[in-house]
Amino acid sequence: MSNKMLLSANEAVAYAAYKAGCKVASAYPGTPSTEIFETIARFKDKINADWAVNEKVALEVAIGGSMAGARSLCAMKHVGLNVAMDPLMTYTFIGALGGLVLVVADDPGIHSSQNEQDTRTLARFARVPLFEPSNSQEAFDMIQEAYEVSERYQVPCMVRLTTRTSHTSTVVDLGDDFGPGNVENKPYVKDICKIVSAPVFARPMRYRVQKRTEELRKYSTTETVVNRIEEGDKSLGIITASVAYEYVKEVFGEYAILKLGMSNPFPTDLVRHFCGSVDRVLVVEELDPVMEEQVRAMGLEVVSYETELDMMELNPGRLLALRKELLGDVEIPEATYADKGLPARPPVLCSGCSHRGLFYVLSKLGATVTGDIGCYTLGAFPPLNAMDSVICMGASIGTAFGMEKAGYNKRLCAVIGDSTFFHSGMTGIQNVLYNGGSVTTIVLDNRITGMTGHQVNPGSGKTLAGDVAPVTNIGAVARAMGYKRVESIDAFDIDRLENVLTAELDSDEPSVVIVTGPCRINAGLMQAGTFEVDPEKCKACGGCFKLGCPAIIRGESVADGKRFKAHIDPVQCTGCGFCEQVCKFDAISRIR
Amino acid sequence: METVNITLVGVGGQGILLTSDILAKTAALAGLDVKKSEIHGMAQRGGSVISQVRFGDEVHSPIVHDGASDLMVSFERIEALRWRHLLAPGGKILINNIDLAPITVSSGQQPAVTDLQERLDAEYPEAVFCDAMNIAKELGNQRCMNMVIAGALSNLTPFEEDLWKETMKNRIPAKLLELNLKAFDRGRAATA
Ligand SMILES: Cc1ncc(C[n+]2csc(CCOP(=O)(O)OP(=O)(O)O)c2C)c(N)n1
Ligand code: SF4
Ligand code: SF4
Repeated sequence: MSNKMLLSANEAVAYAAYKAGCKVASAYPGTPSTEIFETIARFKDKINADWAVNEKVALEVAIGGSMAGARSLCAMKHVGLNVAMDPLMTYTFIGALGGLVLVVADDPGIHSSQNEQDTRTLARFARVPLFEPSNSQEAFDMIQEAYEVSERYQVPCMVRLTTRTSHTSTVVDLGDDFGPGNVENKPYVKDICKIVSAPVFARPMRYRVQKRTEELRKYSTTETVVNRIEEGDKSLGIITASVAYEYVKEVFGEYAILKLGMSNPFPTDLVRHFCGSVDRVLVVEELDPVMEEQVRAMGLEVVSYETELDMMELNPGRLLALRKELLGDVEIPEATYADKGLPARPPVLCSGCSHRGLFYVLSKLGATVTGDIGCYTLGAFPPLNAMDSVICMGASIGTAFGMEKAGYNKRLCAVIGDSTFFHSGMTGIQNVLYNGGSVTTIVLDNRITGMTGHQVNPGSGKTLAGDVAPVTNIGAVARAMGYKRVESIDAFDIDRLENVLTAELDSDEPSVVIVTGPCRINAGLMQAGTFEVDPEKCKACGGCFKLGCPAIIRGESVADGKRFKAHIDPVQCTGCGFCEQVCKFDAISRIR
Repeated sequence: METVNITLVGVGGQGILLTSDILAKTAALAGLDVKKSEIHGMAQRGGSVISQVRFGDEVHSPIVHDGASDLMVSFERIEALRWRHLLAPGGKILINNIDLAPITVSSGQQPAVTDLQERLDAEYPEAVFCDAMNIAKELGNQRCMNMVIAGALSNLTPFEEDLWKETMKNRIPAKLLELNLKAFDRGRAATA
């Protein structure tokens, strides 16, 4: 009998946590990891899960669950781990009581992130076991194994997904016995030698970590079934892991494979044995040469090649190029490239997005805008062109203050979203105020975490489980810190935005301006109305095109096709009314 | 069964991911091994979206080689050209007869494509076109456009109509099911 479902690896993680008897779960959203917790929310009768305000707090909550003896889960995207490294680096000294599994989703190829980084290096750095599923079934199985390992060796375990595994659905057999796991909490015992990582206790812990790593290496070498040799032609042996394994099966399927489902601690004896059994050894891995360097460090020879595979997402085509280079027995099909003359289709703020008006005004004022991460990052692109920098969550405020200190203070402001503000903007505005800066921080408060697909946050009034939560008022937070200039403006009031910002950007005092308007999609306002351009009145000035609304398209051409009247696509217009406000000729009006 | 590769492309917000999900679940219901991958880019709406579905006896890579898609479904006409390199020689294409002007055109950064239909005809002499938006409007709800396309797509896959409908029943909320089933039937009939 089987119990099969088509699940993404993200969904499979949630199902596995449920089956493994996980009780405490905390995460902060981030593509491609977000659906893990959206799925976990379905199991709220058994798993007490929440959206934390950021990844550091999320991991601390999961650590608390583990300390109290419960199986706990935490999830984040790769850059989230940068934020959560601090608690991880020391909880790994302490070691888990209740099983603790941390799922981190990398984004090779930078589909939806600010950078590309390889979590495997951080797993080694933190000396934690690392599991790397290649598909959803493996994600389902490995989460359960990770809980076993975590409790047996008293260590937090990491599971690394990638965009491709997270967002690929494959068939998963949940097993006949699928249901909520009943795992008793381990009894909590106060023990400062074990849980207080002060120097006097941290030193013996450090020795334990060293010993534990070697025990885990034995496990990864001889015990776990996820590290396995697949027989094949021994003239070439391939060491691989994660989704790269699937590409290897596709392109080098006839050769011997060492598939590492648990790649840290590196199973050195198994690797040595495999390398000794084949003529040549090739390592195929996505992103950094983490495994390859470890194989080389063991003094083993590895095939070198020219094909670039050390960055960006792998795919079968790239491995085909590798095969052509190494074996010369394949032809790369001639690419019939798509027509180059096509207009690009970059992502855009939705039609009717409440963020649009602010960027229109900032662009008009010629402001210097340190930016942040969210849907509003799209304000950086033409035609809005109203953002100068994007680094990491919360960086808008600190970097604006740094620019000010460097003497650059011309119409300078920081722009940050509400979820990002709660994540790591509050410390930033506190810092500006304390250190005497004059930065204007503009918070785009749409009461939701838009970019990652609309997750609730402390401004939403709801929790992940759907319960009512207190609403944090951002203006009140700023005032409580000591800000004297705090303004709240309706995001759809372009005139007032312009007036207030003109005053604030040039002021010597620091200020916080909160721009409020609901995320159009989240509020279900996608069919809230329709506007129309009167072609008689439209002078083809192009003013409304500067809004960058996808519903405003080119209409009739004038001046020999050099200019175009505006036309509003009624299917795409959501009736926000921004364009009506910016049209100087009253050519735009509401028809519904 | 030899692995079949299907690529669905279009613009964010058009319901591509639901369509590919229903396709993949129908293949799974037929007892096949399936992999469905999707990339949705950065914005909630408006960017290019691509999803690939592979099914057969055993499927490894979730990604289809360039030039190896047996069937491509484009929810928008410009996107049909953009992803031309994915289609296998002799592969089939289903094109939704709708244009969504990219922001790069309205903002004047890039010229509009003025000879779109000629280019489509030249690249894909045997394309199947589907007026899914008009059909959806006739049914009173633009949002079921994707299921009109699913109906048209079903003509090009080896799965029985009933299997498709069973997946739709499992996947679509009850109050929208009737409309979506109608949309599916219309798409199927329009391109039969
Ligand atoms: C450290 C880190 N965690 C998570 C993310 C993923 N992420 C990108 S933007 C964003 C939040 C966006 O929400 P908000 O600030 O409210 O802006 P909106 O998208 O609603 O405009 C998140 C969680 C990230 N980029 N970095
Ligand atoms: S999802 Fe919401 S916040 Fe994001 S672009 Fe669309 S309307 Fe704006
Ligand atoms: S009212 Fe104007 S700006 Fe708003 S969505 Fe419609 S066309 Fe775009």
